[in-house]
Amino acid sequence: MNLQSDLAKVRGLGSAKEGTHHFWHQRLTAIALVPLSLWFIVSLICVMDAPHAQVVEWIKAPYVTALLIALTFVLLYHTKLGLQTVIEDYIHAEWLKLASIIGLNLGAWLCGLVSIVAILKISFGTN
Amino acid sequence: MAEFTLPKNSKISKGKTFDAAKGAKRSKRLVVYRWDPDSGENPRTDTYNIDLDKCGPMVLDAIIHIKNEIDPTLTFRRSCREGICGSCAMNIGGTNTLACTVATESIKGDVNIYPLPHMEVCKDLVPDLSHFYAQYASIKPWMQTETPAPPDRERLQSKDDRLKLDGLYECILCACCSTSCPSYWWNSDRYLGPAILLQAYRWIIDSRDEATGERLDDLEDPFRLYRCHTIMNCARTCPKGLNPGKAIAEIKKLMVSRTI
Repeated sequence: MNLQSDLAKVRGLGSAKEGTHHFWHQRLTAIALVPLSLWFIVSLICVMDAPHAQVVEWIKAPYVTALLIALTFVLLYHTKLGLQTVIEDYIHAEWLKLASIIGLNLGAWLCGLVSIVAILKISFGTN
Repeated sequence: MAEFTLPKNSKISKGKTFDAAKGAKRSKRLVVYRWDPDSGENPRTDTYNIDLDKCGPMVLDAIIHIKNEIDPTLTFRRSCREGICGSCAMNIGGTNTLACTVATESIKGDVNIYPLPHMEVCKDLVPDLSHFYAQYASIKPWMQTETPAPPDRERLQSKDDRLKLDGLYECILCACCSTSCPSYWWNSDRYLGPAILLQAYRWIIDSRDEATGERLDDLEDPFRLYRCHTIMNCARTCPKGLNPGKAIAEIKKLMVSRTI
């Protein structure tokens, strides 16, 4: 039985004093994804029929390597921010919410690292 | 997890039918949610067929007519009957609104009347708003100042600054918007909801208030403020034609502008 007053329940643990960065970064990454995604799709169409060696050569160009890493980072960061919001909205069991957010963060970092290492390997590779 | 179906003891059955429109030229069927906490029974919907010539034009007139003439057990809140007190907020024809400002004949077919959604029900059409009012109290809805007011006059405000309160001061705290918001349904224990955030913005933007920063501090929280995902049910349902979604967006803009 909870005999706390309604006001005490509403005040709870107080304000977290954060959330604005999450909100702001979600918008910034959304804006950044528009040109990055367009560039990526157009590029993919351009190299669709190219032989493997030519695609590798394309990735080795410094600006392509940089943009691919940027796309990977921004996309996964945006995904992480969005999915965290979904988890906070719909999962109410504290342990499950915490586990989901930890899993989401680890998953996003792992995907990002593997992707970026792969891009760098191709970019700096000799063949 | 979020609940998408009603719990067992909230499932609604079909209740009684009252035909009070014999010989009526203009009749209307009102299907009204009924629940009595003392009966131990599940909620039901009672159907009242009424003669529109025997009551006033609004839905509130119709349910007052039902209470006076047909079924005195029907329980609901009402006071001003002119859209300024917010007491008769309920879900009419699928939309949260004030029973006193909706014409019964403007609703096509049967008039379905339910209490405000996703709130605990005290009885029939009366929702428990204690938590909602506590949330209102939590934003300190009064002017906070350190500078004493001038001894000989009121605190001055320019016409431009006064204009900023238009679209905010008209809110009557009927709770139509908050109870139409899915984010508020799922997370009202921590999310303040559109009505309270609109009220918070009303004080944040008041040029005479001196606690703007503290007010923003109190709102800066992933749940209190940032559960708003601009679903905009709030603006669509507001019986006063206000836009709480815009007020929340303005708060978010202020939050960003003080960090960059």
